[in-house]
Amino acid sequence: MPDSNEMKKTILQYVIDEYAEEDSGLTYDTPLISGGLVDSFSMVSLKRFLELKYKISIPDERATPEAFDNVTKIANLVLEFL
Amino acid sequence: MSNIGSYDNRLHDFSWKIAEQELGYRPGDTINIGWYCSDRICQLGKADKIALIWEGHDENSTRTYSFNDIRILSNTIGAFLRNLGIHDGDRVCLFMDKIPELYIGLLGILKIGAVVQPLFSAFGDESLFIRLENAGTKAILTTRQHAPKIQKILATLPDLQYIILVDDDGTKALKAKEIAFSLDRALPVEHLDVFPTKAESPSLLHYTSGTTGQPKGVKHVHYSLISQYLTAKWALDLQEDDLYWCTADPGWVTGTSYGIIGPWSLGITQCVKDSGFSAETWYRFIEKHKISMWYSAPTAIRSLMKAGDNLVKRFDLSSLRHLASVGEPLNAEAVVWSEKVIGKPFHDTYWQTETGSIMISNFPGMKIKPGSMGKVFPGLTAALLDPDTFEIITEVNKPGLIAFQFDWPARLRTYWKNEETFQKKFRNGWYLTGDRSTIDQDGYFWFIGRDDDVINTVGHLVSPFEVESALLEHKAVAESAVVAKPDEVNMEVVKAFITLKPGFVASDELELEIMNFIRKKLSPLAMPQEIEYVDTLPKTRSGKIMRRLLHAKEWGEDTGDLSTLEND
Repeated sequence: MPDSNEMKKTILQYVIDEYAEEDSGLTYDTPLISGGLVDSFSMVSLKRFLELKYKISIPDERATPEAFDNVTKIANLVLEFL
Repeated sequence: MSNIGSYDNRLHDFSWKIAEQELGYRPGDTINIGWYCSDRICQLGKADKIALIWEGHDENSTRTYSFNDIRILSNTIGAFLRNLGIHDGDRVCLFMDKIPELYIGLLGILKIGAVVQPLFSAFGDESLFIRLENAGTKAILTTRQHAPKIQKILATLPDLQYIILVDDDGTKALKAKEIAFSLDRALPVEHLDVFPTKAESPSLLHYTSGTTGQPKGVKHVHYSLISQYLTAKWALDLQEDDLYWCTADPGWVTGTSYGIIGPWSLGITQCVKDSGFSAETWYRFIEKHKISMWYSAPTAIRSLMKAGDNLVKRFDLSSLRHLASVGEPLNAEAVVWSEKVIGKPFHDTYWQTETGSIMISNFPGMKIKPGSMGKVFPGLTAALLDPDTFEIITEVNKPGLIAFQFDWPARLRTYWKNEETFQKKFRNGWYLTGDRSTIDQDGYFWFIGRDDDVINTVGHLVSPFEVESALLEHKAVAESAVVAKPDEVNMEVVKAFITLKPGFVASDELELEIMNFIRKKLSPLAMPQEIEYVDTLPKTRSGKIMRRLLHAKEWGEDTGDLSTLEND
């Protein structure tokens, strides 16, 4: 099972690379959905990334804006399905 | 008592002069939306009334602005632009999130007679380029976060002279054509000579997508105020003491017509929440600011339904007086749900970027038929036309094309640099909306769908052509076809069918790569939510891709006449 810190680092880097316009000082607790950085449509590609990267399947009903609102929450969600 | 009173009575004695007189406008006068939404309200004795309550993602970041603040700050932005050499008729783009500068900037640009070009801040560089290039935009107001997208395409935009950063804090060096501007630090301009725009002077240029060709710039004029003022008053029922929340982004027409012009021309206090969607955040915002009139969209309402009824009960939403919806057809379940759970039904309204103002609505005080678009706004002449003959359909409940007599104040005047496409919107003297519906025995319209391949997702139109073209720019894609796929929450989402170039192998990783490619190039809305790899795409004998076959497959419909299908 991947290390939780390592996982958070990987997810944060992906979010920075894919969704942030420039280095915007993102942290593990930066609100992504409610903060407007990742919208509900982009969430689909983020979910897809997580499923491919960690070889899991996240049910749609669990992929809520609240569950995806920061990197820490996302990592916790992924850990549930590993 | 609602503003409209009796809908039937209004039908009999209607004239747009009602709005003209209430606004103190006489034909031939100057009419400037920027002035009407700020200076005039102050002259009416409401200078100290709150015009805007703004809240960012952080709930403690609330800022309030009176109508006098809005007047002075829009003067300040107008004077700044004028000093840069921006003149009447120049196109000035607003490209930022829902921050106060967006709302105030719009009035400032209009006050100097320039044309506002609002663009959705999530647009990628290609979407941005197509629209800025077409408009010949001279200046763009944006923020540090979004400026890199402009820098990426700057070399290909010879008309663009200024990139104005409204949130520059001086910590980073300015790049090519960038200028720092801060509303907080700029010297307030008490008096500005407002440009004497006339009824037909251009005001806004909103871009919308069609089935074919690039996005079209919908040209509106200052006289649109007449429609926007009266529809905000009668259809949305905005009243003096209301705290109004329009959830639309001013990058789209609802966010300008009813997120700025309608409410402020009436001197109404409006609230803005600049954050992503979360059911809990939205309910808390309504409770905290005691929102009384709420104008939202079906996708948001369906997302709230999905969040559950128990969540609603945790908040005091008793301040809500009137609810309305726009963007896509509002399903009957959503109307019934809101009445049951929130205590008020959402009133569906129907209009388009091209119409500029509400055309069909469930009016306050009128019986709502859940699932219906409602009835025609007084003063408008609407009909359903036969799709083949373009003759008026008189039979009740028979589907037809929604058409209007082209005579209301907020109608588009043309498509920017595309008069030919504009002229194609007319048949037998009727303006065609491109939408289909039926009309029941009581005169209520019932939406059926688009008359073309345009995808309506979250209430925004996405052109399949634009997505297909962008897909072909990906190194792995040989051919592409894009259609709408039904979606429970968003009504429709984008689905792409692609064939791959030799040497590329279909995989989930490639699908994700292509999805992100389109998201960044065009926008998250345009990103295919699903990509299906196929060996060949269905084509006519002349080689044209038959989108309708793919569409029918997605919707479980009959594929219809296949006689023109290419026979391999």
